[in-house]
Amino acid sequence: MNNDDIKRDEIQRQQRKRIGAAVEDYMREDDDFEDVDTYIAPDPDEVFIKLCEDGSEKKPRLSGGDGHNPPGKPPAPSEEEINKRRREIRKELIKGKKIHRDIMISTYFFVALFVGIIAYLCYFTYSKSDEFLASEYNSKRQSVYADKYIRGDIKSIDGEILATTKTDDDGKETRVYPFKNVFAHAVGYSTKGNTGIESIGNSYLLGSHTALLSQALSELKNQKIQGDTVVSTIDSRLQKAAYEALDGQKGAVIAMEVKTGKVLLMVSRPDFDPNKINEIWDDMVSDESNSNLVNRATQGLYPPGSTFKILTLLEYIRENPDSYDSFSYDCDSIYENGEYSIRCSKQVSHGMQDLKTAFANSCNGAFAVVGQSLKLDSLYDLCESMGYNSAIDTQLLVSKTKYSLTKDNASLWDVLQTSIGQGGTLTTPLLNLLIVSAAANDGVMQKPYIIDHIENANGSTVKTFSPENGRKVMYASEAKILGEYLRAVVTEGTGGNAEGKGYSVAGKTGSAEWSKGQDTHAWFVGYAPFDDPEIAVSVVVENAGSGGGVAAPIARAVFDEYFGNN
Amino acid sequence: MTNVITEVSKYLMLIIMVIYTFFNFIAIGVRTEKRKKSLCAKQLFMVFLLLTLGYLIIILRKEDYTIAIFFAVQFVFYLAYYRLFIRFYKRASRLIISNSILLFGFGVMFLTRLDYTRAITQFSIGAAAFVVSMLIPVIIKKLPVLAKWAWLYAIVGIGLLAVVWRLGSTTYGAQLTLSLGPVAIQPSELVKISFVFFSASMFAKSRSFKQVFLTAIVAAVHVLILVASTDLGSGLVYFVSFLFMIFVATHKPGFFAAGIGAGAAAAVGAYAVFDHVRIRVKMWLDPFSDYENKGYQLAQSMFAISSGGWFGLGLCKGYPNSIPLARNDFIFSAIIEELGIIFACCLLLIYLGFLIQLFRVSTRIDGMFYQIIGVGLASMIGIQVFLHVGGVTRMIPSTGITLPLVSYGGSSVLSTMITIGVIQGLNIISDGMTAKQRAGAQEKELEAEAGGELIEQ
Repeated sequence: MNNDDIKRDEIQRQQRKRIGAAVEDYMREDDDFEDVDTYIAPDPDEVFIKLCEDGSEKKPRLSGGDGHNPPGKPPAPSEEEINKRRREIRKELIKGKKIHRDIMISTYFFVALFVGIIAYLCYFTYSKSDEFLASEYNSKRQSVYADKYIRGDIKSIDGEILATTKTDDDGKETRVYPFKNVFAHAVGYSTKGNTGIESIGNSYLLGSHTALLSQALSELKNQKIQGDTVVSTIDSRLQKAAYEALDGQKGAVIAMEVKTGKVLLMVSRPDFDPNKINEIWDDMVSDESNSNLVNRATQGLYPPGSTFKILTLLEYIRENPDSYDSFSYDCDSIYENGEYSIRCSKQVSHGMQDLKTAFANSCNGAFAVVGQSLKLDSLYDLCESMGYNSAIDTQLLVSKTKYSLTKDNASLWDVLQTSIGQGGTLTTPLLNLLIVSAAANDGVMQKPYIIDHIENANGSTVKTFSPENGRKVMYASEAKILGEYLRAVVTEGTGGNAEGKGYSVAGKTGSAEWSKGQDTHAWFVGYAPFDDPEIAVSVVVENAGSGGGVAAPIARAVFDEYFGNN
Repeated sequence: MTNVITEVSKYLMLIIMVIYTFFNFIAIGVRTEKRKKSLCAKQLFMVFLLLTLGYLIIILRKEDYTIAIFFAVQFVFYLAYYRLFIRFYKRASRLIISNSILLFGFGVMFLTRLDYTRAITQFSIGAAAFVVSMLIPVIIKKLPVLAKWAWLYAIVGIGLLAVVWRLGSTTYGAQLTLSLGPVAIQPSELVKISFVFFSASMFAKSRSFKQVFLTAIVAAVHVLILVASTDLGSGLVYFVSFLFMIFVATHKPGFFAAGIGAGAAAAVGAYAVFDHVRIRVKMWLDPFSDYENKGYQLAQSMFAISSGGWFGLGLCKGYPNSIPLARNDFIFSAIIEELGIIFACCLLLIYLGFLIQLFRVSTRIDGMFYQIIGVGLASMIGIQVFLHVGGVTRMIPSTGITLPLVSYGGSSVLSTMITIGVIQGLNIISDGMTAKQRAGAQEKELEAEAGGELIEQ
C-alpha cells in the first residue's frame, strides 16, 4: 500500500463522513431545505431522453444554473464535484421517498374512505332499507311495489290466515280478512292507507325473498310476484277469547309474553269489518262518538285510576326501604285534609290497614297519605323512566302518555289525586301492560313486538324477529316485593275475580273516574302464573264500573284460554 | 317483448359494469404498453355496450326515437375524442380517457332518462369541455413558468369568488352562479383549479414555516369567501384538498392534524352561526322531523335508495324524479334506485380506480409543483365523490356537492375535464420513474461519468 492509496482512503473516509453529515443535517432540518428551493423542474422529456442515452451528459440535474459547466467537451469531473452531486442525488432521493410515502398514505386514505362508503351502502341495503320502505311517508313508491308484487298473507302464530289477497279472473285483487272484526285493529287494513300489521309489515308483504332467479323470471314474463307472508305473534284463540269477553263494551284488552315482549292478543272495541272498509269509511271517519278506527289498546288515553298505585307503592318502597312495612292507616272511608277529602270506592271503611292490605283493598285514604310523603321530583322521574310522557318505542302506533306532577306545580289537591291515579295523569292500556310485565319479569321491561317472523311464498322462514334486550326499570328485589303485593290484591283484595282454576294470578284493579256523574272506567292489569310469570294482561272497559267487578273477569277469560281451561 | 329486452338488458348492464370495474383495477398494475392498449380497447368496447343497452331501454320505455340519434352523435364524438387524444399525446394515459368517457357517457345517459332536454345541454357543454381538456396537456408541457404564477392564481381565484359573493348573492340568492349574458357559470367550480395551482406553486417555492403560513392564510381566504356565500360544500372540498397538499408538501402529519382540528372547530362554529348548517345536521339525524319541508329531499333520497335494493328497479321503472334536484345534487340516489346498490358500488370502485391512477401519476413525476398539483386535484375529486355519495345516502350530513362528471351542471363538468386535462399533462411530462428509480438512474449516470473511479456502496 503506497502513500497515494492511503491518501485516497483517507479522502474517501472524510467524504463518507461529510455525506453522512449532510444527510443527517437534512433529516434534522427536514423541511427547511432552502438550498434546493430554487429548483425548477427541467423538461422531463429532455431529461428522460438524456438519461436513456449514454452517461456523457455532465450537467448536474439538480443545480439551478450551469455556471460550473464549461462549454465544449467537458473534462472528467473532479472528485469533489462528483461527491457534491452524489449528495444532491441522495437528498433528492430522501425527499422523493418522503413525498412518495405521503402520496401513498393519501391514496390509502381514499381507499379506506371508499371502502367505508361501500360497506355502509351494503349494510344499509341489507338491514336498514326495509325500515325506510315501510315508512308511512313513502306512499309514492309503495304503489310501485303494488304493481310488482301480490300483497302477501298475514298469519297468526297458530297458523290461521288473518289476511290474504284473492285475484279474480280479470286480475282484480281483493284483500280478504277471514276473521272480520276480530282482528280489525291488530291486522288493520291496506286500502285507506295502511294500519296495524298491514302497515308494520308492509315492506315484507310487498316484497319477496324467493330465489332471485325465479323473481327475475317472473319479471321477464311480466307476472306479479307473490309477496312474503308475515306471521304475527298474536294467537288467534286468545284474540277471540278476549274479543268475546269484551262483547257489548267499549274498551281494550292487550296481552304479551312477559319474558319476550311478544304481543299475544290486541283487541279494541267498538270495531269494524276491514273487508268493508271502503264502504264504511265515510261513516267511520265522521262518527266521533265511537271512534271505531282508533286502536284503544295502544292509542286510547285513560286515567290509570288505582292501577297507578303500583308506581306510588314502588316510590314509597324506594324512599323507605327499611320501614315501609310498618306503615299503618286507619280508614273510615274518607280522608280529609283541610278543605279536601278523598273517598274510598263504594264508601267502604277498610279499618286498620298496613301497606299491603291498603294496596290489596285499594284504599284511597292510605295512598293519599303515602303520596304526601313522597319526593315529587323523584316520583316524576320514576314515571318517566317507566315510559310516561313519551311514545313507547315500538312498531305499534301509540299515543303519548302524560304525567305532569312536579314540585313546582304541585298543590295539595294535585298530590292527593295523583297518588291514586287521578289528576291529570293519562295512560294507555299498553303502558300499563308494560309496567306490570316489568314487575313480573324481575324488573326488566321488554319491548313489545307483533311480527314473529317472515316466510317467503314457499313457506320457508326468511327472517325472524327476536326479543330485543329489555330495559331494566326496577331492581329484581323491588319487582319481588311488588309481586307479593300484586298477589295479595288477588288473594285477599279487590282482584279475586281474575283468577281461575289451575293458575295463580297477581294484579291490580282500578276504577278510574273520568267525568262527574259517569260510571268509572274499569281497569285490571296482571300476570300469571304468579310463581313463574308467562303472560301479562291489561284490560280497560270504558264507563263500566269497578275494575274488580268488570275488568278482572275479562282478564280471567284470557288466562283461562291461555292455560287451557276451556 | 319490451319487457324481456329491458329486463335482460338490466342484468347485462350490471355484468358489463362489474367486468369493467375489474379491468379497471387490473389495469393499474399493468406495465407493458401493449397490454394497456388492449385492456383499454376492451374497456371502451364495454362502455359502448353499456351505453347501447342503457339507451335501448330508455328508447323502448320513452318511445322517443330521436334519442337514438342523440346516442349516435355521442358515440361518434367519444370515439373521435379517444382517437385524437391518443394521436396528439402518445404518452397520455388511456385508462384515464376510458374512465372519463365511461363516467361522463353514463352520466349523460342517466340524465336522458331523467330529463332528455337537460341531457342534450349537458352533452353540448361536456363536448366543449372535452375539447378544452385536449388543449390543457400541451399548455402544461410547454409552460414550465406556470409554477411561478402563484400570486396570479390567488388574485384570479379570490377575485372571482369575491365577485360571485357580492354580485351573485344579490341576484341569485344562494345560487352561487354568475350570469355572463346567456350563460351562467359557477366560478367556485373553476377556482378549484387555480386554488390547487396556487398552493402547488407556493409549496414548490419553499416549505419554510413562513411560506406555509402565508399559503394557509390565502387558502383560508378562499374558504371563508365560500363560507360567506353559503357554499359550505365547496368550502369543505377546498379545505380538505388543501390539507392533503400541505401534508404531502411538508411531510408533517402535525399540519394535517392541526388542519383537522381547525376544521372541526370551524364545523362547530358553523353549526353555531349558520341556521342552514343546523338544519342540515338535524335533517341528517332525522329527516322525518320536518318531512314536509327541510327533510323532504333527504327522506325521498332514502326512499329511492331503499327501493333500489341490490339490483335496482330497472331504468325508467322507478320514481327518481320525486327527489328534488335528482339530476345534480342527488343523482347518486336516483342511480341506486334504478340500477341498484351493486351497480352503484361498481361506480364507486371506478371512481376509486380513477383516483388511484391520478395519485399514481403524482408519484412518478419529478418536481414538487407537479406532484402537489396531482395530489390536490386528485383529492378534490375524491372528496367530492365522498361528500356527494355520503350526503345523499345519509352517511354524513348532506353538503350539496355534485358527483364529478355524472351530475348535471356545465361548470362542474368543465372543471373536472380541465382537471383531467392537467393530469394527462402531468402524465405526458412524467418520466415514469419513482423517486427511487430516478435516483438509481442518476447514480448510474454519475458513476459512468466518473469512469468507475469512485465505487461506493
